[in-house]
Amino acid sequence: MTFVSNLINGISLGSVYAIIALGYTMVYGIAKMLNFAHGDVIMVGAYASYCTMIYLNWHPLLSILFSIVVCTILGVVIEAFAYKPLRRAGSLAVLITAIGVSYLLQNAALLIWGSTPKIFTSVVNIKPLSLFGGKLTITAESIVTVAACVLIMIGLTLFTQKTKMGKAMRAVSEDKDAAELMGVNVNTTISTTFAIGSALAAVAGVLLCSAYPTLVPTTGSMPGIKAFTAAVFGGIGSIPGTMLGGILLGIIEIFSKSYISTSLSDAIVFAVLIIVLLVKPTGILGKKVTEKV
Amino acid sequence: MLKVDNINVYYGKIHALKDVSLEVHPGEIVALIGANGAGKSTTLKTISGLLRSKTGSINFMDENISHTEAYKLVSKGMAHVPEGRHVFLQMTVLENLELGAYTSGKYVKEGIQNVFNRFPRLKHRKNQIAGTLSGGEQQMLAMGRALMSRPKLIMMDEPSMGLAPILVEQIFDIIRDLHESGTTILLVEQNAEMALRIADRAYVLESGRIKLSGTGAELAQSDEIKKAYLGG
Repeated sequence: MTFVSNLINGISLGSVYAIIALGYTMVYGIAKMLNFAHGDVIMVGAYASYCTMIYLNWHPLLSILFSIVVCTILGVVIEAFAYKPLRRAGSLAVLITAIGVSYLLQNAALLIWGSTPKIFTSVVNIKPLSLFGGKLTITAESIVTVAACVLIMIGLTLFTQKTKMGKAMRAVSEDKDAAELMGVNVNTTISTTFAIGSALAAVAGVLLCSAYPTLVPTTGSMPGIKAFTAAVFGGIGSIPGTMLGGILLGIIEIFSKSYISTSLSDAIVFAVLIIVLLVKPTGILGKKVTEKV
Repeated sequence: MLKVDNINVYYGKIHALKDVSLEVHPGEIVALIGANGAGKSTTLKTISGLLRSKTGSINFMDENISHTEAYKLVSKGMAHVPEGRHVFLQMTVLENLELGAYTSGKYVKEGIQNVFNRFPRLKHRKNQIAGTLSGGEQQMLAMGRALMSRPKLIMMDEPSMGLAPILVEQIFDIIRDLHESGTTILLVEQNAEMALRIADRAYVLESGRIKLSGTGAELAQSDEIKKAYLGG
């Protein structure tokens, strides 16, 4: 039973990574940049939800919505002020800016909320599911997280495959100039991508803190890096790949924590990443496109 | 219809276009010929707004578009089939065509039907990923995609590049067809012989400067052109 319970915890943690990783993947796919501030947007989302729930006594659902709005705006603002002016600059300049934005958000949070951890109250107040006469308990948080993850993946897949905006996004991701020649406003498309990615970050932040309730200004940074790892692991740019990468990473992390060593678990996670990339540099589901000349 | 007046374009320190002026009148096929690196593609990219000129002006349908963003020109009636096709390789033929109608959503179905009538081969491959098409089919897709916006002016950059001679003939037939159905065409070609044969007028670009201009027939007879571009 411990095995099953570990597996469920792993899938649940992995689902959070997957939701965060989708934000990385979408932004990378379309703007061809690594938004290292993505993890910190998660933290801001969690604080937004925390504050409205604790200080204003808002209903958890309302606080989630508020957090989504805050993060969406934050994502669009970051893109407009920090990244858009660098659209034609080298990728290194953009990367360094992203790291700068990440520290800016962390330190702003430190100024506003201080370094004392806040104890996040779970947004899910349903009783855990008890199976096999109490031998196996599944927390409601796990169920909600996995369900949210599946819904988000289905939603995003439908969005990118079926809607006009989604198709424009894929076009921009493949060939910016050609998309522009079709009449697609590339800047709007990139902003929209940041908006969606950041809204997902808000959801991830709330779910993460519901399962692991210690909230500090650096809460987002480690999950952010792991989610980025998950995205690369599964195949950055591919939605199903990113999803798979996130879930596998969560499972590997929980299993190494419970069967090998708690302190080594992160090292093991990254070691697996290195091995996967050595064997398949595009990630598990990443595809290599050959261009016809 | 299109009036390019005295444009100068730079890539960093490289002066790619020097005082280029040209005109395209409604209903014409105008060819822009010249050697590799003469600035033909640069001229088209500047007209469609992907590059900016430091001087002069570009007027399209009596409107100054020198500073208009590229994506806004599509709905004004300009289409640009870029060099190397640039179809969306990971998307299906149908999706590529739908994107062509991005700004003119109402005519998607009708437009796709028109494109399939013109290029029956695309119809058989409509659900295939564009990356799996042959070079000729990709060129047809790129042209079809441009037609989806129902353009008044269509600019084509090296449509015959890398294609087998029989396909080149086909592509030129299609260009002639398009012209007969009332579309104005600005054609960039390295294949000067073919281009001059169908063009009403032509410009010769050399090292970023317009060297010669005249009717297609005049230029085809010119000794200078024969020597430099027609292998005579």
